[in-house]
Amino acid sequence: MIRLDGVEKTYRTRKGDLVHALAATTLTVEENEFVTLVGPSGCGKSTLLKLVAGLVPPTGGRIRIRDQLVREPFPDVGFVFQQPVLLPWRTVLDNVLFSIEMLGLDPRQHRKPAGDLLELTGLAGFETKYPRELSGGMQQRVAICRALLPDPSLLLMDEPFGALDAMTREEMSLELLRIWEERRKTILFVTHSIPEAILLADRVVVMSPRPGRISRVITVDLPRPRTVDLEFDPRFKAHSDEVRDLIFSGRRERT
Amino acid sequence: MSAARRLLGDTLIPAATLVGALVIWEGATRAFHIPRFIMPAPSAILGEGWEWRYRFIGHTWVTLYETLGGFALSIAVGVPLAILIVYSPLLRGALYPLIVLAQSVPKIAIAPVLLLILGYGEVPKMVVAFLVAFFPVVVDTATGLAATPPELLDLSRSYRASPFKTFLKVRLPMALPFIFAGAKVAITLAVIGAVVGEFVGSDKGLGYVILSSTSYWKTELAFSAMILLSLMAIVLFGAVSVIERIVCPWLSPEPES
Repeated sequence: MIRLDGVEKTYRTRKGDLVHALAATTLTVEENEFVTLVGPSGCGKSTLLKLVAGLVPPTGGRIRIRDQLVREPFPDVGFVFQQPVLLPWRTVLDNVLFSIEMLGLDPRQHRKPAGDLLELTGLAGFETKYPRELSGGMQQRVAICRALLPDPSLLLMDEPFGALDAMTREEMSLELLRIWEERRKTILFVTHSIPEAILLADRVVVMSPRPGRISRVITVDLPRPRTVDLEFDPRFKAHSDEVRDLIFSGRRERT
Repeated sequence: MSAARRLLGDTLIPAATLVGALVIWEGATRAFHIPRFIMPAPSAILGEGWEWRYRFIGHTWVTLYETLGGFALSIAVGVPLAILIVYSPLLRGALYPLIVLAQSVPKIAIAPVLLLILGYGEVPKMVVAFLVAFFPVVVDTATGLAATPPELLDLSRSYRASPFKTFLKVRLPMALPFIFAGAKVAITLAVIGAVVGEFVGSDKGLGYVILSSTSYWKTELAFSAMILLSLMAIVLFGAVSVIERIVCPWLSPEPES
């Protein structure tokens, strides 16, 4: 579904220095595949998401979604960030409908699907509440509903659970998997957490910094539906050891 | 904290302090035979104010009118100016130094020149009030518009929403709390600006009353006018706060359960 061919991104900082955020990267993501991107800060994970979304143009290479070259923001995409960034003056339901409004569609026709999504994420009964009345985990669920409402075929998630506490985080991961089982779409998911990356993914893309690049793509050999118990599975441990080795050997090389 | 203790802390103690200060003031002016024109007693100020009550209505109205006119101008000019500054780097470069320059010139020094150019009447006082009040409106609005989380801007862009739609649905409402913070400062500054304008040349308004009464050694009248001015500033500040609560209901704190 997504094809990156030698995609590069170089930024110029305010001081005029060039930063090689992403070195020539080639990656193919299949339709309905769940791919996680893991790596230390500065490895170009978030840049890669923005490039796929068409929010920033690449300095080299080509990005194609369904054989269409990405030149401008690609509207068939849902975005979830580390912070929920809800609109504090809108109720939960109106926050979910925000994506529809920004797309120029009629929000009245999407009230029912919005309510269904809220029910799917366990937020039924919270429609008329305001974001500040919700916990961090619930706010992030609203942000996920907002991204899912236009039913995009591609969901880009930039450390969506990074600001949550460990327990909520695990709960949200499993919930995301449940939603994904029910409404299949392609997901690109950026995270700092190695267990999270493995638990969720069909394939884990391990990245390393300076310049940001892919160091290895690992196919996760674990059955679905996934549960937390899988973390005790020897295959899970083998995968996380592999990822950890890739990330930390990269660090040792430099020191 | 219990309701009774909160009442004590928030209301009774400040009220008692105020009453105590007034009693000491009254007592001191009587005990030391301080002349009325140097420091009038609270009772003399109230008495004089009461005698002037009908004439004060007209003067208060004039100053209020000038203040509100200047305040309205500061919003009508300040908010669009801030929008231009935030949206256009070119205009930011062109306008920002001018705005800072306008702010750094002492308004009291411009007032006589302005009155010379604009003449008598309420309009030049409104202009002085506007000049004193508009700076916080511009700065706070610009800060508010720039404070939109970049993720929300990315989100709007990914849905291909027009910049105008993003402004209307995201950036402007996000900036509202900042705009109100600027407006609250502006409304109290506008009162000062109107009085400064009246000091320079006028025949009505509370500033005029203060200036003329002191030249006749009627200090207690000046004090009554000052009290009216303070009350006006407090009421106007309260009014802006009430409007803020109506326009931005999501900002008011949750009632504790």
